[in-house]
Amino acid sequence: MEFFTLHDFMTYSKGITYLVMGAILIFMPLYWIYLTDRDD
Amino acid sequence: MAQEQTIAQKQYLTPFNVVAGMIIIVGLVLTILRFTKGIGAVTNLDNNNPWGLWIGFDLLCGVSLAAGGYVTSSACYIFGLKKYHSAVRPAILTAFLGYALVVFALNYDVGRPWKLPYPIFYSQGTSSLLFEVGLCVFLYLTVLFVEFTPAAFEWLGFRKIRNWVLRLTLVLTIFGVVLSTLHQSSLGALFLIAPSKLHPLWYSGYLHVYFFISSMFAGMSMVIFEGTLAHRWLHDKMDDTHLAEANGVVLGFGKAASFIMMGYFGIKIIGIAVDNNWHYLTTGLGLWFFVELIVFVLFPAILYSVGSREKKTLLIRIAAVWTILGIILNRLNVSLIAFNWHLPSADRYFPSFMEIGTTIFIITLGVVAYKFVVTRMPILYEHPEYKEDH
Amino acid sequence: MAISRRKFLGSLGVAIGATTSGALSKAYGASNKHFKGHPDSFGVLHDTTKCIGCRKCEQACNEVNALDKPDRPFDDLEVLDQKRRTGESIYTVVNKFEGNNFAKKQCNHCQEPACASACFVKALTKDKSGAVVYDESLCVGCRYCMVACPFNVPAYTYNDPLTPKVTKCTMCLPRLKEGKLPGCVDICPKEALTFGKREDLLKIAWKRIYKRPEHYVDHVYGEHEMGGTNWLYISSVPFEQIGMREDLGVTPAPAMTAGALGTVPIVVGLWPVLLTGVYAISKRKEKIALQEKQVAVQDATDTATQKMNAQLKKLRETMTKEKEIAVLNEVKKALEEAAKEAQEAKAARSETADTDANAVDDTVDDAGNKEE
Repeated sequence: MEFFTLHDFMTYSKGITYLVMGAILIFMPLYWIYLTDRDD
Repeated sequence: MAQEQTIAQKQYLTPFNVVAGMIIIVGLVLTILRFTKGIGAVTNLDNNNPWGLWIGFDLLCGVSLAAGGYVTSSACYIFGLKKYHSAVRPAILTAFLGYALVVFALNYDVGRPWKLPYPIFYSQGTSSLLFEVGLCVFLYLTVLFVEFTPAAFEWLGFRKIRNWVLRLTLVLTIFGVVLSTLHQSSLGALFLIAPSKLHPLWYSGYLHVYFFISSMFAGMSMVIFEGTLAHRWLHDKMDDTHLAEANGVVLGFGKAASFIMMGYFGIKIIGIAVDNNWHYLTTGLGLWFFVELIVFVLFPAILYSVGSREKKTLLIRIAAVWTILGIILNRLNVSLIAFNWHLPSADRYFPSFMEIGTTIFIITLGVVAYKFVVTRMPILYEHPEYKEDH
Repeated sequence: MAISRRKFLGSLGVAIGATTSGALSKAYGASNKHFKGHPDSFGVLHDTTKCIGCRKCEQACNEVNALDKPDRPFDDLEVLDQKRRTGESIYTVVNKFEGNNFAKKQCNHCQEPACASACFVKALTKDKSGAVVYDESLCVGCRYCMVACPFNVPAYTYNDPLTPKVTKCTMCLPRLKEGKLPGCVDICPKEALTFGKREDLLKIAWKRIYKRPEHYVDHVYGEHEMGGTNWLYISSVPFEQIGMREDLGVTPAPAMTAGALGTVPIVVGLWPVLLTGVYAISKRKEKIALQEKQVAVQDATDTATQKMNAQLKKLRETMTKEKEIAVLNEVKKALEEAAKEAQEAKAARSETADTDANAVDDTVDDAGNKEE
């Protein structure tokens, strides 16, 4: 990907970042459940 | 039979209903005007002042004053302060109604409201802080709605789904805090893009931090204030637990708000020091900045402290109202009063009567909706059938 | 120095060719990115010293963009006495300043447009031609672009109830695509406007300043302002005096929001960790408190039981003792009584022998009395 303006670069990179954020928000609670489900 | 009718009529013609009804009728007229004649016909907005009261008050103040939801639920469910449990439901309800009305008010302000889903579903302008605000407000409104549903399900008697939703409480609370942190701060960060328009005393690289921190004590003050009103008018709807815990909520939130406000006061001074803006303090707007910071932050913080030390809830309730006024002042300063400060006074903005009327109409809708829900659903009391589990 | 049409078309061809072939050099490294804008993008150089305030550009703009006709005709130069800004159907205005200086105002087509950075639906974009273009079909009408614009250029059709839109100069992109010059540049009788590649225009601007340093201020407005604009200005008086702000700084708009936007993903990444941690700690504290309570209760119960048992034992002992004593006493008493009885019986037996005769008489008397 070639970017000529900071704006284009940010639009693209933040777009990906938002997807990563969504993945984190879904993954973290599931990971917590996995981590603690053998606790008494 | 005739007697019963007069009684029914009497119940409908309470002063509250009459005033609220009149405001709503005026509001509907204004709504029709807005959507048939355009924004220009009802507002004083112009090309130099694209944002007015509907953004400055309805959006900025609305969102910050609805912060009680995340503050109270996180205190109870995350920080384990169980004594605030009876305050959670009223706070969630206020937050939900607050956000719903913010979104409702946005329909008046934006040019083509039917396109409001565009930024989320159709064309994402990810470089914009407004995109961040929009996404978070949309998600948080959903979270608040889900958090509110158990009360409605108890009212309707849907025990199974109510229990299922309650199991999500912790995840929803954490989501709520994440989303609130983001959009509360981003509302301040909206103005980071316009350093040439916002007065240096209010423009700061920490603007988003200021908005987030001030939303915390805004939310607490709102919980105290709303509790005060509810005690005055809806005392009969409260159960013994609520009444017994109410004073603890007031004292605890008063103490917390006082401390956070002192911290906020400190970081505001840091902001001036970092940008070396001391010399602005001697100007007219500098004086105004002092008014905001000393009269509406430092003073209520001290009032809160005295109230919580002396265990005087009345002082705390006064401090809460004072703090809320301070938050409103701060948000209006950033968005309207200190914004476009370099423009000649002829080009400055002042809201029209119709703008103010629409805002009052929207606030009234919120109060009516709150009253409707609280008088029907288990908000201020625990449903007798569900008492054992929490 | 206006660029001829052929030259312009040629450069447009080069620009398109370069883009399609993808033979563009990488202008930045992997980190610490620096962006220089679209290569070979176009712009306009406005030599304000040449402007005579004839308003021909305003007229051409109005016609080219098919805008509403203004109340006062374009040859009415008294309009210039008032300070004006761009508006709903005015994409460009010429203002008159002290010392008979004039300056044309329109969208500056920023290299890093604040409006595009602010737009949350990508309705405003920076075209590779250099123009900042607006797509009405996407616009929600939040007007954040107008808040963001440091030059106060975009306007909004507030009085349109159903299809309001943002309006601003398009740099005549439709005309550029047809190989024409922007309307204002085309008509300017004084060559106050020069169209060309931004890089070339910068060189032209500096050459003019270099050649006549006594005539020009040593500054090309738009070279660095807000990260640079595609419209450039040179002037004989400080730019502040021809209505152009000199306090805007050189930071491009997206960089000003980058910090706040950068904290967003970190909050999403770390808040769940911190908050779940706090939750786990408070939950654990609760559990420990509960256990301690149970232990305390157990202890209390144990002590109480022990105490009670001890007391019971004592009581039992006492009782047993008392019982024994009582029994002994009883036995003693019984023995004593028995002894006493035995003694009494002995005594009685000796008495009985004496009184037997009397007793018989008495009994007879009693019976006689009863019959009476």
